[in-house]
Amino acid sequence: MKSFVRQKGLVAPLDRANVDTDLIIPKQFLKSIKRTGFGPNLFDELRYLDEGYPGQDCANRPINPEFVLNQPRYEGASVLLARKNFGCGSSREHAPWALEDFGFRVIIAPSFADIFFNNAFKNGLLLIQLDEATVDQLFDAVDKTPGYRLDVDLVNQQILTPEGESIAFEVDAFRKYCLENGLDDIGLTLTDNSEAIREFETRHRAAQPWLFRDGAVRQA
Amino acid sequence: MAGQTLYDKLWASHLVSSRDDGTSLIYIDRHLLHEVTSPQAFEGLRLADRRPWRIDANIATADHNVPTSLKERSAGIAGIEDNVSRIQVQTLDDNTTSFGIETFGINDVRQGIVHIIGPEQGATLPGMTVVCGDSHTATHGAFGALAHGIGTSEVEHVLATQCLIQRKMKNMQVRVEGQLGPHVTAKDIVLAIIGRIGTAGGTGYAIEFAGSAIRDLSMEGRMTICNMAIEAGARVGLVAVDQTTIDYVKGRPFAPTPEQWDAAVENWRSLVSDDDAVFDKVVTLDAAAIEPQVSWGTSPEMVVGIHDSVPDPAQATDDTTRRGITRALEYMGLHAGQKMTDIQLDRVFIGSCTNARIEDLRAAAAVVEGRQVAGSIKQAMVVPGSGLVKRQAEQEGLDQVFRDAGFEWREAGCSMCLAMNADKLGAGEHCASTSNRNFEGRQGYGGRTHLVSPAMAAAAAIAGHFVDVREFVGTPAPTRRAVGL
Ligand code: SF4
Repeated sequence: MKSFVRQKGLVAPLDRANVDTDLIIPKQFLKSIKRTGFGPNLFDELRYLDEGYPGQDCANRPINPEFVLNQPRYEGASVLLARKNFGCGSSREHAPWALEDFGFRVIIAPSFADIFFNNAFKNGLLLIQLDEATVDQLFDAVDKTPGYRLDVDLVNQQILTPEGESIAFEVDAFRKYCLENGLDDIGLTLTDNSEAIREFETRHRAAQPWLFRDGAVRQA
Repeated sequence: MAGQTLYDKLWASHLVSSRDDGTSLIYIDRHLLHEVTSPQAFEGLRLADRRPWRIDANIATADHNVPTSLKERSAGIAGIEDNVSRIQVQTLDDNTTSFGIETFGINDVRQGIVHIIGPEQGATLPGMTVVCGDSHTATHGAFGALAHGIGTSEVEHVLATQCLIQRKMKNMQVRVEGQLGPHVTAKDIVLAIIGRIGTAGGTGYAIEFAGSAIRDLSMEGRMTICNMAIEAGARVGLVAVDQTTIDYVKGRPFAPTPEQWDAAVENWRSLVSDDDAVFDKVVTLDAAAIEPQVSWGTSPEMVVGIHDSVPDPAQATDDTTRRGITRALEYMGLHAGQKMTDIQLDRVFIGSCTNARIEDLRAAAAVVEGRQVAGSIKQAMVVPGSGLVKRQAEQEGLDQVFRDAGFEWREAGCSMCLAMNADKLGAGEHCASTSNRNFEGRQGYGGRTHLVSPAMAAAAAIAGHFVDVREFVGTPAPTRRAVGL
């Protein structure tokens, strides 16, 4: 996983509530058995005027000029500004993979769906929840200011605006730690907790043996 | 000290460790795998040279993009015509074979949609933690099990550590009291709930569904309700254990052995919220007031009773909502004030992990029996949720009822619920669907989905447009006797 410490990035606004993961990456692209290469199909149904299929060269497809990410002023954006309940619906991790592959590192919204929120942090994306009024202001500022960039500082948990304002944000200590260090949490769990898991398992098995089928517990 | 909710109890009994910031490790008893969200997780394991922690906790099947036509299915994996789908299904098979994970292959009668086969096999038990790389995993909460939908990184984490990193959620109780009207079903209850609290109403909560109307439901009905908890934003849906739960589990292949049975049942009886448990939020609905529901928009909260009309964006209370409604109406090709009963349909889909259990097929067949699908309907299909549901329906003669009426009778899988296989809507087509999501493009590029119950979908197929199944049928449908699975 890529680490994230501090980044100044161009902001692209997606002014729409309840953006679901089907919209972020349509199902035909979930057939891939890889983790990469989803970027060209991010928001496929909004971005292109035709129906996309996996493995296609997107360079020659008809573009929807109205769609925000197709507008030249947002080219190279790495911060996505969104509305409430972003990422609702399916648990597909292909959604954060596509966002990351496209070049986004930060998403700011008033609220996120739970599963998407978890998935995103595990893929080096920083999700920032801000109150509705602040998000409104940012939408306004982005709209009025071509080339609007935000300086996102994870260490100090603040966003610096071009106007010189600083907006504080919350992030779980554990998520922050993993993100700053680009840590994969499987390694952490195994190092810190293998013993605790084994002990728990022994007690659990004694109390509810019907939960275990053949006693095949991994030997370390 | 206040009592505990069912969720509190399940959380406490699976907590392995906790960090100061509340991040916790919970132990996972059952992990269901399917072809779409697992390949990258297995690849991750291999790259890190890790092994699954506990093989027997895992069960796998292919469901999302398996074809449902007998022709393609009969040749097994090699018969899947879509190259990319075939590779994905084959990859699951290769992975589970190489790691020794129990798998129900595509022509095994036990194959089906993960959320249908877990309970059917008794692989979902009360008091378990269940995870699957699929957001509808909440379904298993109907058994008083703590079930979470997870992403692929979490699939890999569970494979490698048998644990999931979680933070405890808040508790919400949704009480549905009173008696449902005839032909009003679990699907109508859950759509009404989502209509009330919204698609983000349950975000951050574990929702326990309670009240006399929930108690009166069969396990199938309770699964339908918990299945759609995620459509209200909740990762977890729950129903307390009672005799209905215990009777359902008894005798299933993965259920406790006869020697373990009494101890298990005693344990399960405690899987209810204490009388003095405190919920962070309580929502109450009157069952008798719930009408058969139909969704009109592109989010499950955009739903109304069959006798209502498409809403007017002008009535919205805020800008974001107004734009949402306007955009949905445009996509759906509907206008404000249009009657739901006037919506003409092109296709009908009876299936999915929400509504493809035997009870659902019986309810639909009861409406269809002796009638014909309207000439204006291009396709009406029934896709049983598992090979076993299909077999039972055939033993009861339901397949014949559907076929005689003009429905297609398919092999088990997710099918048109998400249209990853050949079963999909054309652009602009309206579909009465018993699935759970009406998002843009969900059932096919440009397709227009209306979520309904199986009985309502069946009635719509016959009429060619939405109708109130109660007026359509007149009297309650006769109940059929179950043939043992
Ligand atoms: S039936 Fe639909 S919702 Fe259920 S698991 Fe399959 S694709 Fe997902």
